[in-house]
Parts: sequence; C-alpha cells; structure tokens
Amino acid sequence: MIERREVALVDLLDRLLAGGVVLTGDITLRIADVDLVRIDLNALISSVNQQVPSPFEEPEEPV
Amino acid sequence: MTGLRYVYAVCRPFGTPLQAELTGVAGAPAALLHHHGLVAVVSTVPEADFCEEALKAHLEDLDWLAATARAHQGVVDALTTVTTPLPLRLGTVFRDDSALRTMIEAREDDFRRLLDRLHGRVEWGVKVYMEPEPAEPEPAAAARPASGRDYLRSRRARSHAQEEKWQRAERFAHSLHERLAERAEDFRLHRPQNSALSGTPGQNVLNAAYLVPRAHSEEFVELVDRTKGEAPGMRVELTGPWAAYSFSGEESGGAEPGAVESGTVESGTVESGAEESGMAETRAAESGEEKAGQDR
Repeated sequence: MIERREVALVDLLDRLLAGGVVLTGDITLRIADVDLVRIDLNALISSVNQQVPSPFEEPEEPV
Repeated sequence: MTGLRYVYAVCRPFGTPLQAELTGVAGAPAALLHHHGLVAVVSTVPEADFCEEALKAHLEDLDWLAATARAHQGVVDALTTVTTPLPLRLGTVFRDDSALRTMIEAREDDFRRLLDRLHGRVEWGVKVYMEPEPAEPEPAAAARPASGRDYLRSRRARSHAQEEKWQRAERFAHSLHERLAERAEDFRLHRPQNSALSGTPGQNVLNAAYLVPRAHSEEFVELVDRTKGEAPGMRVELTGPWAAYSFSGEESGGAEPGAVESGTVESGTVESGAEESGMAETRAAESGEEKAGQDR
C-alpha cells in the first residue's frame, strides 16, 4: 500500500473492544458495566460491542 | 507510585528484541515477560489511571480512549513485524508479574492452540459503503407537484428507488463477501459502522474481517482492489494488515469460560452469531445514525 492513513478510531475499536483475547485480569475493562454518559461515546462503543444495547434501538422510559 | 501490568498480547518467543523506543499505553516502554514457553508483552501503567474506578472514568473520555487504543495498537502492530501475536482486548490489567504468570499458566493451552491457528496469518478489514445520494435538486422547487396525488406518486417513486438501491447494495456486499471468504481461511462480520461516528460518507453495508495467510495477502489485496469501481454507487475500503484481533476470541461453541482469577468472568463477547446478524442490522443502524448526528 502506498499511503498509510491513520487508522480510524471506529475500525480500531471494532477490533480492540469487540475482538482480541478476553482475559479476566485483576482489573478488566468491562464496557458493559460502565455508565456511559456521553452519547457519541455510548453509540461508538455499542456500535462495536453487541453486549451493550444501543441507546437508539429501543428508547428507554425517561427516568 | 505503584504500577500495574498492562498486557497487549501473548506470543511465542521470538528472536528479535523489541524496538528500544517502543512505548505503550501511558508512554511506558513495552517489555517481555517469558513464562512457560510463552511471552506476554506488557508495560507498567500507573495504578492511579488503571485501577477499576479510574478505568471506568477514563472510558467516558473519548480522547483518552482513542490515545489508549492507539497505543495498544502501536505495540501490537510492532509485534506483527516480528511474530504473530495473539492480541488481547483493550484494557487487560494485572496487579503484578506473578498474577500475570498465574494467568498464563491457567490459559496456556488456549494460547498455544490459538497461536498455532493464527501463525503466519493476518487480518484484513473490508468495508462496503453505499455512496450518499448526489444531492438531488429538491423536486419541490423545480416542479411543484400539481396535486396531492402527484406528490404521493413521486414520493412513492423515490422510496421505491431507495429500496432498489438497498437491494443492489446488499447483493453487491453479499457477492463480494462470498468471493473474499472463498480466498480467506475464516471471516467475521462486524456490525456495520454508524457513519455519524466513523465520519465516513455513505451507509456502511458490510464490515467484515478476513483471516488470510501472510503469503496470500498480496493476492487478497489485489482481489479487493479489482472490485473497487465494479458497482456504481458503492465504495469498497480495505484496512490492514491487522493482527488477528477478530479471530482471537474463543471459537463459538467450543468456548469455555476460563475462570482464572477471582471475580467476574466476562461473558463471551465473541462474534458468535455475527455471521447471521451482520448484514441484516444495517437498516436498524441507519435510524440510530440520524439521531446520533443531532447529538454531536
């Protein structure tokens, strides 16, 4: 390949958050446990991780 | 300040030393920990940033996540030039070397099996996009529909055209995927990306990863290149070569949750079932995209 563009973050997260060997470390980043508040980040992560329901598919009851 | 061990990958021992200037997450140099004939690639990270609470908080920070993901990838990428690494998921942290050794012992059979499976292979990412519509002149401005019926008719025609475009896109994505899968040893279908988040124009209809022997990579890349421009209105993008991230999870079916450390064993977030769901979910993703766009 001639040009090497910077890898897009979404491509990276497709692999780093949804792929890779899952180990239970002493501390493990469990995305599902995280109370994501930022909507773009939330959507970004749920778009690559099926364990996290997308906030868009089924709008929840307002709290 | 105490340090924790951040782990990037597990490899078989390789002859060449790591690049001296190879730094990982949080800027610390990457190092090798040999144990039981395997090598864990690690670096020391500050506990203040990588203890559980800190990690959770950092995850809210897109810049932090991006920097960490890039650093993780930087180390794994460097490893792919000297060996075939088994990349770990982002954010795998151990208290110290001895906890890491315990983990290696507990999982060594898995590691060896996966390392054998992946040896000499790389992952290529292929995405297909439906190009956005060339900005159509608003029909309302030029030719106002004469009647309500005309309006409905033209609306129906437009949605029909849209439906056809979808079908063409899906047919192209399927046929491309079949051709690529034939040349690959394995594949995974990731969820189509949301274009509001990826910042790429067009609707992503295929987001796939293919496992290809390094020796056949050139052929594979040429095959993908030849398909660019094959179908009007479609865009094909290739990324890679990646370490085999998408193929490092336990295979569906044979997955045993490795209860290693105390604490919760993360449930398998492997791509099981993705084969069926990958393409079908495109449409659902579309509705989310519009809303996400508004919130940006």
